[in-house]
Amino acid sequence: MLLFAPFWMNAIGGYTELATRIVVMGLAAMSLNFLLGFTGVLSFGHAAYFGLGAYGTAMAIKYWGIGSIPAIVLGVIIATIAAMIIGALIIKLRGVYFAMVTIAFGQVFYFIAFRWNAVTGGDDGLTGWRRLPINFGFAELDIVQNDRAFYYFALAIFAVCVAAMAVLLNSPFGRSLIAIRENERRARFLGVPIEFHVWLSFVISCLFVSAAGGLYALLNNFIDPRALRVDLSGNLVIMAVLGGMRSFWGPLIGAAIFVALQDYVSSHTENWMSVIGLVFVLVVRFFPRGVLGMLRTGAKA
Amino acid sequence: MSQVVLFNVFNGLIVGAFYALMALGLSLILNLSGVINFAHGGFLALGAYLAYTLIPYVGFWGALILAPPLTAVLGLVVEWLLIRPLYGKDPLYSLLLTFGLAYIFEDMTRLIWGAQSVPFQVPGWLMTSLSNQYFFLTGYRVFMMIIVAAAVGGLFAVLKYTRLGMRIRAGTRDLDTVSTLGVNVRVLRSLNFGIGIYMAGLAGVLAAGLLGLSPTIGANLIMPSFVAIIVGGLGSLLGTLLGGLMIGVASGLAAVYFPSATEAVIYVMMALVLLVRPRGLLGEEGRLH
Repeated sequence: MLLFAPFWMNAIGGYTELATRIVVMGLAAMSLNFLLGFTGVLSFGHAAYFGLGAYGTAMAIKYWGIGSIPAIVLGVIIATIAAMIIGALIIKLRGVYFAMVTIAFGQVFYFIAFRWNAVTGGDDGLTGWRRLPINFGFAELDIVQNDRAFYYFALAIFAVCVAAMAVLLNSPFGRSLIAIRENERRARFLGVPIEFHVWLSFVISCLFVSAAGGLYALLNNFIDPRALRVDLSGNLVIMAVLGGMRSFWGPLIGAAIFVALQDYVSSHTENWMSVIGLVFVLVVRFFPRGVLGMLRTGAKA
Repeated sequence: MSQVVLFNVFNGLIVGAFYALMALGLSLILNLSGVINFAHGGFLALGAYLAYTLIPYVGFWGALILAPPLTAVLGLVVEWLLIRPLYGKDPLYSLLLTFGLAYIFEDMTRLIWGAQSVPFQVPGWLMTSLSNQYFFLTGYRVFMMIIVAAAVGGLFAVLKYTRLGMRIRAGTRDLDTVSTLGVNVRVLRSLNFGIGIYMAGLAGVLAAGLLGLSPTIGANLIMPSFVAIIVGGLGSLLGTLLGGLMIGVASGLAAVYFPSATEAVIYVMMALVLLVRPRGLLGEEGRLH
């Protein structure tokens, strides 16, 4: 279905860029869910790593003129290093306190991007660069002009990241993460090094979310501090919950619904913030297990 | 030079007093009910705008007295309708719900009172400077410090000496036992929530007099309040107070020496505290898990 999205999106009133945005946000929400749904640890500051990936990618292209793929790799490396350091600081905390510290740390990078005008463009964002075509040696993929080509480029990166996460979750490491989610104390008694596993899960989750961030920067040919702000962190969490955080593909569905809704609402009313806020309230009150969670219970009954 | 430093330390203390007032309310709710109230900034803005609306009718003093309890009443309604069903569930849900509420509050504030910032009148005699040498000691700032000190002192007195306060403190340690002993935990949680929101409303009225009114006034103050709680120590109200004042002064000093790090410095402090002492300055050991 995703493979042909650019074709049927137009038929139902969407457009290719919207499909790309869904793929990008879907990757971000699925990466967050690696930590939230499969390790049972709530991070409310993932926008920081999303934004670091995005800024890293954008700055690499603007200042060094390197290709789109190396730029994303650089953005991912920067964000992952930041996640390793911050992860080490917060790993001893759990539950609400973990969430609170991730919220607070998320803001650091926002303020840096906001204040450091000379390098990041400050509040106005980083402009004056565009994504570059990808040269395979034998052929060149023109993702600059051709929206569909860029969609498939994003989809390819999405596929690689998602496959990597699936492999990790099915490995013994992934099984111990689920054990931690189900019962941390029991996992500890079974000899699982909890702190290290949670840290590693946090870092992996941030790594993939920063890849999504890099794609996001390329998609817009622009990046501003809002990509780092807590709003986005909250939106990613609600996407995961809305789709169903206990299932692997749930967050993608959540992202599709949320992004499409945001796109529709923001073009139809000025008070889109209230509508989005209402979505949060309704999801929590009536669909706490998400779309896929509901479907699954329905199938059983 | 020293006057500039003194000015910024004093300014930092004032800002820190706001952080502390807001963080104390957040901390109360978090400690007893395990809810991170992301809409706290929204309640602060509401308190400020309510005061703004009330001033033409009851004057500044009337607004100062009336706006915080009105905010608290609205807080009780929100708690009763939306937050109560979420107690005892994964804290993820209450956080998401209050996060959504924060969106709605900000949007509604903008809808009702407009997106532009509006001036907030405080009595003229409060705006005069008390000393020629220390020009920054305006009456309003000193008055604000007194009100904050009184509110904080009042809160601690209520917690220490009244029956309600004792129950809140006991419930923070072990809510099940308190419930078994015949205390109505629902009512306890609601009253506790109300007190927290009252503090937010009060902080809003005072902040409006100093910073002016805009719909994002609360959103700007909530992040430092989280930092204040983490630095001060999880589970400790005294720690929260200390944390708020400390980060206020730290950002005040940073404004002198590294102006562009005014915001970042408090996060650096938080990182240092977490590195050396993960539970925070006055935090209790058992609260980490």
